[in-house]
Amino acid sequence: MSWVGYFILFLVASLLVTIGLGRYMARVYEDQHTFLTPILAPLENIFLKLSALNHCESMGWKEYTKAVVLFNLCCGFLVFFVLYFQNGLPLNPLHLAGMEPWQVFNTVCSFITNTNWQSYSGEQSLSTLSQMLAITFAQVIGAASGVAVCIAFIRGLTHRPLGNFYQDHLRTVLYVFLPVMIVGSLFFVSQGIPQTFTQQVVVKTVEGATQKIAVGPVASLLTIKQFGTNGGGFFNANSAHPFENPNAFTNFVEIMMELTVPMGLIYTFGLWLKDKRQAWMIWGSMMLLFAVSLFTAFHFEQAGNPILTHHGVNQLASAWQTGGNMEGKEIRFGIFPSVLFTTATTTTSSGAVNNMHDSLTPLAGLTPLWNMMLNIIWGGVGVGLMGFLLYGIVAVFLTGLMVGRTPEIFGKKIEKSEIILASIAILAHPLLILLPTAISAVSSFGLSSLNNAGPHGFSEILYAFTSGAANNGSAFAGLNANTPWYNISIGIVILLGRYISIIILLAIAGSLLHKTKMEPGPGTLRTNTPLFAVVWLSVIVIIGALTFVPALVLGPLAEHLQMLAGTVY
Amino acid sequence: MSPSIQTYTVPRAERKHAPPKSKETVIWQTALKGAFSKLDPRLMVKNPVMFVVWIGTILTFLMSFNPQIFGPTQISQYYVIWVTIILFVTLLFANFAEAYAEGRGKAQADTLRKTRSDTQARKLLNNGDSQRVSASDLRAGDIVRVEADELIPSDGEVLEGVASVDESAITGESAPVIKEPGSDIASSVTGGTKVRSDYLVIRITTNPGESFLDKMIALVEGAKRQKTPNEIALTVLLAALTLVFLMVCATLIFFAQYSKAAVDVATIIALLVCLIPTTIGALLSAIGIAGMDRVSRFNVIAMSGKAVEASGDVGVLILDKTGTITIGNRLASEFLAVTGKTAKDVAAIAAYGSIGDTTPEGKSIIELARKMGVTEFPERENVTCVEFSAETRSSGVDMPDGSKIRKGASDAIKRFVQDHGGSWSDEIQKLVEDVARQGGTPLAVAKDGEVYGVIHLKDIIKPGMRERFNQMRMMGIKTVMCTGDNPITAEVIAREAGVDDFVAQAKPEDKIRLIQEYQSKGVLVAMTGDGTNDAPALAQADVGLAMNSGTQAAKEAANMIDLDSDPSKLIDVVSIGKQLLITRGALTTFSVANDIAKYFAIIPAIFSTSLPAMRVFDVMALGSSENAILSALIFNAVIIPLLIPLAMRGVKFKPMTADQLLARNVFIFGLGGIIAPFIGIKAISMGLHLFGI
Repeated sequence: MSWVGYFILFLVASLLVTIGLGRYMARVYEDQHTFLTPILAPLENIFLKLSALNHCESMGWKEYTKAVVLFNLCCGFLVFFVLYFQNGLPLNPLHLAGMEPWQVFNTVCSFITNTNWQSYSGEQSLSTLSQMLAITFAQVIGAASGVAVCIAFIRGLTHRPLGNFYQDHLRTVLYVFLPVMIVGSLFFVSQGIPQTFTQQVVVKTVEGATQKIAVGPVASLLTIKQFGTNGGGFFNANSAHPFENPNAFTNFVEIMMELTVPMGLIYTFGLWLKDKRQAWMIWGSMMLLFAVSLFTAFHFEQAGNPILTHHGVNQLASAWQTGGNMEGKEIRFGIFPSVLFTTATTTTSSGAVNNMHDSLTPLAGLTPLWNMMLNIIWGGVGVGLMGFLLYGIVAVFLTGLMVGRTPEIFGKKIEKSEIILASIAILAHPLLILLPTAISAVSSFGLSSLNNAGPHGFSEILYAFTSGAANNGSAFAGLNANTPWYNISIGIVILLGRYISIIILLAIAGSLLHKTKMEPGPGTLRTNTPLFAVVWLSVIVIIGALTFVPALVLGPLAEHLQMLAGTVY
Repeated sequence: MSPSIQTYTVPRAERKHAPPKSKETVIWQTALKGAFSKLDPRLMVKNPVMFVVWIGTILTFLMSFNPQIFGPTQISQYYVIWVTIILFVTLLFANFAEAYAEGRGKAQADTLRKTRSDTQARKLLNNGDSQRVSASDLRAGDIVRVEADELIPSDGEVLEGVASVDESAITGESAPVIKEPGSDIASSVTGGTKVRSDYLVIRITTNPGESFLDKMIALVEGAKRQKTPNEIALTVLLAALTLVFLMVCATLIFFAQYSKAAVDVATIIALLVCLIPTTIGALLSAIGIAGMDRVSRFNVIAMSGKAVEASGDVGVLILDKTGTITIGNRLASEFLAVTGKTAKDVAAIAAYGSIGDTTPEGKSIIELARKMGVTEFPERENVTCVEFSAETRSSGVDMPDGSKIRKGASDAIKRFVQDHGGSWSDEIQKLVEDVARQGGTPLAVAKDGEVYGVIHLKDIIKPGMRERFNQMRMMGIKTVMCTGDNPITAEVIAREAGVDDFVAQAKPEDKIRLIQEYQSKGVLVAMTGDGTNDAPALAQADVGLAMNSGTQAAKEAANMIDLDSDPSKLIDVVSIGKQLLITRGALTTFSVANDIAKYFAIIPAIFSTSLPAMRVFDVMALGSSENAILSALIFNAVIIPLLIPLAMRGVKFKPMTADQLLARNVFIFGLGGIIAPFIGIKAISMGLHLFGI
């Protein structure tokens, strides 16, 4: 399929999932009847009774935040326990040892926060029980926490009480995740993806050698990995592995699964705001940023490496070859589906990969960095929309004055307390990326993990912390992250990246909730117009991006310029 | 009108020794002095953006003695000295902007202060004697006597006497006003005004330092100026942006070390100063002060900057019909006759009946009658005037021949006619109702038992009101007319004036209810008032504009006072409030948008030595690193004084919808903010080339 057709198919599918899931979620969280209610409501009641939560009262923002943090902490301990003691626990046919403490710390931080950065190699270090009870479990509860927080934030912005975290979380798991996990897993199994308690199949090859093939409960893990924008793969090779992404069809489904919840939440937001135009304006802005990243990456990948062209290598696409830069890519996907996957995985906070980002040409490699630095396109289940709306608050504040009124967004005045909160969020993201990168770039413990010198090595460090701060979890590869320094520092960056923004956004929601809603009129700044979309995007690009310009210049841009001059790393 | 408040006069004593200085010279002198005195770090720290520049200047100053002080570097001492000088000048420009804005207010305050300083008062003691005391010794409750040509020492209430008072020192209005005890409005006097004739006995109502004049001085001077909520929030955001860029520049040192691209501290400071929003940081407080100043130039005293900000947000204006939308009085517009009489007959009788009537209504009846050819009037001495009273609800004259002419409300005249043996026909009843249906006030006219007809009294809408209400509507502001008239009359006037809504038969408590109703829907409400019964509503409203002619209670409840007592100024105040916010937003946008060009100037300059390929980003072709960095830094500095006039004057504001305003200002200040520095920096760079840098 040509890239044009592929992209059109992608757009159509995106629109369908946006409206479909958006409507469904708007009903689920508003306690309205859905087609699954007859089956799931009794189940929900059982859980609520078991947990003595049958009187779900709406929480204040502080209570909500406390619930999120405590709940995640408890789950974190469970995951820690399973990983650390996996040698003593059942379902460990290969008798794998428990994980090293710092690596467990890193993994727990990473998985309960929906980041799913992996400094371990799944098939080599995790027992079947760990894959199920630690990894799959954490990917469900981490992602559901994100959705719950986003729902609470949207409620605050759309003049509703914030809701009850436990109920929101339970609903997310039962109504949103569970049906998709059942259907999705069956689909993946039908495509040849393993789902078994066996951990290893030993086969004799035609040459007579023995080969051990790792298998396990892959399909179920894969479904939540993609649908929950988690990205923590079963195998080290993630979605480049044939058992985790066997064909072009599964590749497309995996891309769409990552985007479904983030896209749907935008529509849910629009429905609750009673302003679908606003939702489409946000959706369109994100799609625009998405397309810019996608086609930038595509352009540079398809162009290939000019040094090779110089040596007489034909890198043009033809009937016989994909052309371009195929290093680190799977032949069964080709260039466009690979860069689409890359863009989808770094714009959502997924971090699953079907190709090696380390092998991208410098400027194509810049795009995933850029996506994660902005951290506002689609976003992980929830946080992207929240980040985008946070910039909306800043955009309204900077430019809204220009219509001669003190700033307001969605009918609520933006005042000192919101600006202080938004400022902390805007400060935190670059701080979490730049500070540890700076330390790593000049210290022996930081530099010793590098596989490459020069600007490429710098990009590797920058990518690791950007991925952590954005709770993305994708890896550039080329950096040995399993050292105490990187395990601890990335773990901390992940935790701060997740909880600072959650606390701040819930605080903003709580503070906006109690403000009088302003009646819109001709004198009100409308935030759902194409003009404001331009303003909104400009603020994102100017504030979000200018912060990272020097780092990007010294990393991928320097590498690109030196590649043009004939040097590679 | 050119109110005296705007002109600055140097005290006489000073004139003897020095040649007179113009107001501008004085402001410039204070501003230049302020530019240096504000370098005090205790003052600088209040402006986080400029404080970072201040610290940067200190660091480069140290480096200018020895560039190696913070580590080995290749840069020349001259370059560091230049950076230091430009940074220092940036600070001076920022301080100058604020001091200049403050200077304007101070000049006004000085004029006012003069009236206060040396007033003497004649305090009445309990035993009936009087004692000379200084005005500043008077307390609330003291009683003073003020004779002709004396200044009223402090705010108070008239107990005794009737006098004309010149209030021009406060209002700029030269015509004296009559002050007398008892009446709500006329009994309150303001300190600093002058009794022109007769005498007044006044009970002082304020303590020293709390009088209206004291408040005004403090307000125009900006001494009590507190940052407004929006200004504080913006300061927070600017501080956050400053911190972001501080972090960017600090980590850049390490990144550069990794890349083996040497960067020196002076250049990093230059980059930092260029990136942080110095333009808006330098002008922010000047914009706020200038906004207050613009309001006071309009002869309105805003009690706080918050009130000016709030007036930009106003969604509903509640306007009294009488005096605001219509000129204070109703005027005769037509005479309607019953069958058997002509309009001229009615005119003649009505005019005779109005001979003793000195109200504007009465005068307008005579004037209209004259226009219709009624020329002969009975001598005033020969008739007996019957004044209007609440019981008879009519007025008129008893003619020399003994006949009685009366005009008044229809039911009153009906009774009068019937008492004199006449009858009230259906025809006259219909005429009365017709006039009422058209929104007019019908006055029936009768001579003894005979009904002549009806005078149609009409409200006259002030010229230009309709256009202003249209402008308000365009800005999204709803206008509501409040009136004590009946609904029919109210509706006609409302339609004619073009207001969006009206409240008829309104009582003062209705106003409060109306305000609360809008406020609960999240709409900010502005209103005007002058009477004591308006005070609660003025306090409830987000913007309450009291008339200076009003009572002390009204003035205290309001957050703005109009010295000219022109209620329709509320509309101008809204525009000024909007202009203040727009100016703040526009310069912030401009400041942040500038960063793009500055990056293009400085990033290649920093790295091109170690990574020559970086030159491709030097889109402005600035040449040497030193040239590029100095150009960006100079642009960053000179843009501040270039924008001072805009900050003082405010961004031009025309009433239009929010979308149109946004489009216009984003185009000018957003796009302009991106493009202008490319041109500016290139021009400065070319200039520097001439000097061989």
